[in-house]
Amino acid sequence: MDSLLNAQTVLSTLDATLRVSTPLILCAMAGLFSERSGIIDISLEGKMLSAAFASGALAAVTGSAWIALAGAIITSILLSLLHGFACITNRGDQVVSGLAINVLASGLTIVLGIAWFSQGGQTPALASEARFMPFELPLIESIAHIPFIGPFMQSVISGHNLLVYVALLAVPLTWWIVYKTRFGLQLRAVGENPLAVDTAGISVSQLRYKSVMIAGILCGIAGTYLAIAQNAAFAREMTAGQGYIALAAMIFGKWRPVPALLACLMFGFLDAVSIRLQGVALPGIGEVPVQLIQALPYVLTVVLLAGFIGKAVAPKAIGVPFVKER
Amino acid sequence: MSTSNIELPAWIEILLIPILNICMALFFAGLIIFAIGENPIDAVRIMLTGAFGYDEGVGYTLYYTTNFIFTGLAVAIAFHARLFNIGGEGQAYFAGLGIGLTFLLLDGMLPAILLIPIGILAAALFGALWALIPAWLQAYRGSHIVITTIMFNFIASSLMVYLLVNVLIKPGSMSPETREFSEQSWLPFMHDVLSNFGIEVTRTPLNMSFVLALVCCLVVWIYIWKTRWGYALRTAGQSEAAAVYAGIKPKRIIIITMCISGALAGLVAVNEIMGVHHRLILNFTAGYGFTGIAVALMGRNHPLGIIMASLLFGVLYQGGAELAFEMPKITREMVVAIQGLIILFSGALALMLRPAIVKIWLAIRPIPSTPDMGGQHG
Repeated sequence: MDSLLNAQTVLSTLDATLRVSTPLILCAMAGLFSERSGIIDISLEGKMLSAAFASGALAAVTGSAWIALAGAIITSILLSLLHGFACITNRGDQVVSGLAINVLASGLTIVLGIAWFSQGGQTPALASEARFMPFELPLIESIAHIPFIGPFMQSVISGHNLLVYVALLAVPLTWWIVYKTRFGLQLRAVGENPLAVDTAGISVSQLRYKSVMIAGILCGIAGTYLAIAQNAAFAREMTAGQGYIALAAMIFGKWRPVPALLACLMFGFLDAVSIRLQGVALPGIGEVPVQLIQALPYVLTVVLLAGFIGKAVAPKAIGVPFVKER
Repeated sequence: MSTSNIELPAWIEILLIPILNICMALFFAGLIIFAIGENPIDAVRIMLTGAFGYDEGVGYTLYYTTNFIFTGLAVAIAFHARLFNIGGEGQAYFAGLGIGLTFLLLDGMLPAILLIPIGILAAALFGALWALIPAWLQAYRGSHIVITTIMFNFIASSLMVYLLVNVLIKPGSMSPETREFSEQSWLPFMHDVLSNFGIEVTRTPLNMSFVLALVCCLVVWIYIWKTRWGYALRTAGQSEAAAVYAGIKPKRIIIITMCISGALAGLVAVNEIMGVHHRLILNFTAGYGFTGIAVALMGRNHPLGIIMASLLFGVLYQGGAELAFEMPKITREMVVAIQGLIILFSGALALMLRPAIVKIWLAIRPIPSTPDMGGQHG
């Protein structure tokens, strides 16, 4: 037990929490933009997976992390546009469209990976120049002696790669865009009552296209993080359901940026703890099955959706195609 | 001008548009194969030979088809009540647990004539149970069934890993699976059944659950279109307000329909566990639940269409295995990509071609006699 609770373990668990939460945070913000505009987005998983593949492949070929990031974002935006074309322009079913993107991404990343690199679906391992590597924040040494805050800043906050900080900045930025800008106001309105937005002379389609494209950018960064920052190559199915966890976290956060961030951190913490608890017996409880902790995000989300812990109310117009001429 | 309220003749709506959609999906699949550097025409030839060229191929094709009929019907019946059951995968997985628990308890004690029906019922029951919770939450707590069924897929997966690794595992075994069930619980293989009639075919996993799948198609067709329950189900799917006005209780429809849907998905476990593996193993559902969505969309939620779509996916799965063998650059996952394209074109983009087809139809339709039915405003 001692080894579980000493300061070093706590700090390193929190550090791991931040690392596994990063793709969740980015995808949850992506889902938030899309769903607040009235477009259900279960394709976070597929966009992130495609972006991860694109960045892994591009980094291997060009050796540049930045080109890889750009390519991943473009790939993910193209899938967003496909989603938009299906459910904004052609009024197709949003869930079906999202599912199609997920299934397509799952198959195509492996097929292309094997065809191009012949490594069983992996992309070649990357040198550190082609990746986003961890770095220490400036001035961190000078506050290291402050009790509590110093070690916390040094081992938890500092020493990550750039994309972790991008994810952390994405949250206040999302909050600011959604709640403090003209675009954000229109975005929230179009998710609640598109007819009113249309009557005010604003294009519903344009707004929704913009929102799904922002979602594409964020999923692109998340995929890049997985393939060339957290890991040193793309591996088949490497998203492993994290897109769905992010969707759950966004719902858990009731479609709001800061609560969604907290949900992501909680789910990330559960993940980090589940690795640490493997084979450890807790006093009074015994060994907690890893699978139980892994399933907890999904169970909690279902319980929340059932209205047993507060009420999660989705944007009113979500999932309904907008027909201008009724 | 909106074209969505102009009526087209049935053959265009039911045959032409769906076929064009599938053609588009297959065209893009061909493009992918071409981009990889293989010849799409050769690929199709290898796939068809692999699926139909010899009796072993046919057996495997029909064995896959069986799974897709079950999951396709499961998705389709829910669609008729305007419910989207993405949880077929989890329901089938959990149904496997039903069979596993039943047989671990009973398989030494009962004869085949009792054991097999009990196993089928257990699968249906457990499948229904795993759909019941999301259904109840949708009906009485307003939780979105798409999200809850997705979550239940993951929960089922974690639960099964835990049970197989820690509880149900064969004592002393390293791999997470149960002991083999006694032979009385096995569904007869098709090659054994046929050899009783003097027809010798190669051993394949194809078993009697294929017959069960065809029976299910008939039963679902009768249920949806020939019974009052089916009428209530379709009414609730078309318009909840109309259903309430007609004295139908939409909440009850949600529960019943989802239970039937879950039970149908659960029958995948009959094919896989009772028919082929004869023990409970990890991940025996192998994505069949998700393929069911593509099958239902392609088959337009009609049992006959589902049989045809399932057969096509059976060809893709079996032929795809052959293709991976013959063309080393192409892997089995190509089938997953094709599945995604079919969900895209037959599902999400199902209406993409319609406006153009309406325009062509208005220009070339044979008798422009009947007064226009209000389609031309705006």
